[in-house]
Amino acid sequence: MSFVFEGRIWIFGDDINTDLLKPQITRVRNMTDAEAAKYVMFANRPGWVKKVKPGDIIVGGKNFGCGSSRFAIGPIKELGISCIIAESMSRIFFRNAINYGFPVLITPGITNFCQEGNILRINIISGVIQNITKQKEMNVEPLPEDSPPMQILKAGGILSQLKQEYMQKKS
Amino acid sequence: MGMTIAEKIIATHSIPQKEKVIPGEYLWAKIDETNASNAGYKLLKKLGIKEVFDPDRIYVVYDHEAPPPNIQIAEKVSEIRRFVKEYGITHWYEFGRHGILHQLFPEKGYAVPGDLIAMTDSHSTTYGFLNAASCPINIELIYVLIKGKLWFKVPESIKFELTGKLPEMCVGKDILLKIACDYGTDVGLYKSIEFLGPLASDMSLESRWTMSNMGVELGAKFAIFEADKKTSDFLKGRTNRSYTPVSADPDANYKKEYAIDVTNLEPMVACPPDPSNSKPIRELEKEKIKIHQGFIGSCTNGRMEDLKMAANVLEGNKVHHDVRLIISPASMEVWKDALKAGLFDIFIESEALICHPTCGPCSGLHMGILASEERCISCSNRNFQGRMGSIDSEVYLANAATVAASVIEGVIVDPRKYF
Repeated sequence: MSFVFEGRIWIFGDDINTDLLKPQITRVRNMTDAEAAKYVMFANRPGWVKKVKPGDIIVGGKNFGCGSSRFAIGPIKELGISCIIAESMSRIFFRNAINYGFPVLITPGITNFCQEGNILRINIISGVIQNITKQKEMNVEPLPEDSPPMQILKAGGILSQLKQEYMQKKS
Repeated sequence: MGMTIAEKIIATHSIPQKEKVIPGEYLWAKIDETNASNAGYKLLKKLGIKEVFDPDRIYVVYDHEAPPPNIQIAEKVSEIRRFVKEYGITHWYEFGRHGILHQLFPEKGYAVPGDLIAMTDSHSTTYGFLNAASCPINIELIYVLIKGKLWFKVPESIKFELTGKLPEMCVGKDILLKIACDYGTDVGLYKSIEFLGPLASDMSLESRWTMSNMGVELGAKFAIFEADKKTSDFLKGRTNRSYTPVSADPDANYKKEYAIDVTNLEPMVACPPDPSNSKPIRELEKEKIKIHQGFIGSCTNGRMEDLKMAANVLEGNKVHHDVRLIISPASMEVWKDALKAGLFDIFIESEALICHPTCGPCSGLHMGILASEERCISCSNRNFQGRMGSIDSEVYLANAATVAASVIEGVIVDPRKYF
């Protein structure tokens, strides 16, 4: 798994909640992640999902992913978003992402570092963020190398980690 | 430097056990209680795991769409019943014995002071009202089910020092909405909130219950109160477990302290689109906001304190003819208590609809879903766009008295005229 992501960014504001990321209609109709992907940011930015290309990156403001513990990463991943960085992130959303093996990075100061449509190169391991469009660089504190979340992320998520442990035991 | 309540609870549960923990450090900790889901069951099967960490410490109920409104949900609940049988789970609550988990599990005595709890619902901060450190999880449930432990980053703690006497028709909900309004919904992000001060002990246990429950709306990982006589009176007869209340050291390190004086507090209403957009009722009333539905229930405000407040306002009045009021006590225990106390007579006479315990209306999943351009005043916890149904519907959050007064008049009004 690569830990460096380069892509075009989409900027979202503060307090993007899980009802915007995975609306109730997707649950009431029992949609798969692929079906639910059509409804990501449906209420706050209609038509956005059609513009997203694989490899694009979401840049959030404060408290990204606040709200319920529902698994809002699934539909975002289906859209082809490669990574999410934000000024700050809701605790449950952050842990869900890590546990799913989906790269996220908390990046205070990111809002003033880039503009919509810029190309960013993000290194999740080192915390180095390059704005390729504007030719500048910033650093944030990454997850410690030996911390459980970094190990889970490197394993590709908590299920991959458990599979390695238990499937090996079986065989 | 001493330790906060959260630091002490994490330290006693840490593996290997540490005398002292420091905010920011990563560690593993033993979990006392968790719940279960059909997704967890499927993953256990997939991994070929035949035993859970402790069948006595996994509490199971299905509350989100209770009972099932469609075949998909019926299959989900059926899987959960299979999980309970196959893994020999002790505590399972069938419909009719059930409740919303955050109401039911405290009633059954499953959480005591000093516990470290992780459950798969965002409102799992609730158990903080019993002096436990309790946080929400999701897919990691599988890890807890197998190993009975979880990784933690020791959170920084912040303190809300609560003082003053709660004015008439104000409850814990109003304090919480005022905090969200003044300090934002990320004031507690990744932190342990500790509610202390004279008012924290003066207020009812049910108001504490609501404040810990909505701690997650402030971004919190834990939302903890100290234990006192109200806590031990509540737990008496509900559990045989021994426990030691946990208090912070006098020199504990709080990242920030907030002084909250409620003397001039009014019933608060959170306007869309999130709980930080709260206003005092006197101000909001002037806008004469028309409503189509009222909802009293949920893990936030579906308890006897709330139902009594609503009944006091509704007695002798009728729900406005353009409005419907849905009341759903949060558990069968609350349901029975409300029936015995004669509250249902008042509700029925006022032409409210009484339902069974379910998360349905609050989460927009079933029973009372809003159509486009409809507006609901609700006792629940979230007013995000589309939370209770159509993305073109609106939710206003308030306490039970404000909901009751508003459904009588058809517009959002100050309930204090009904006092």
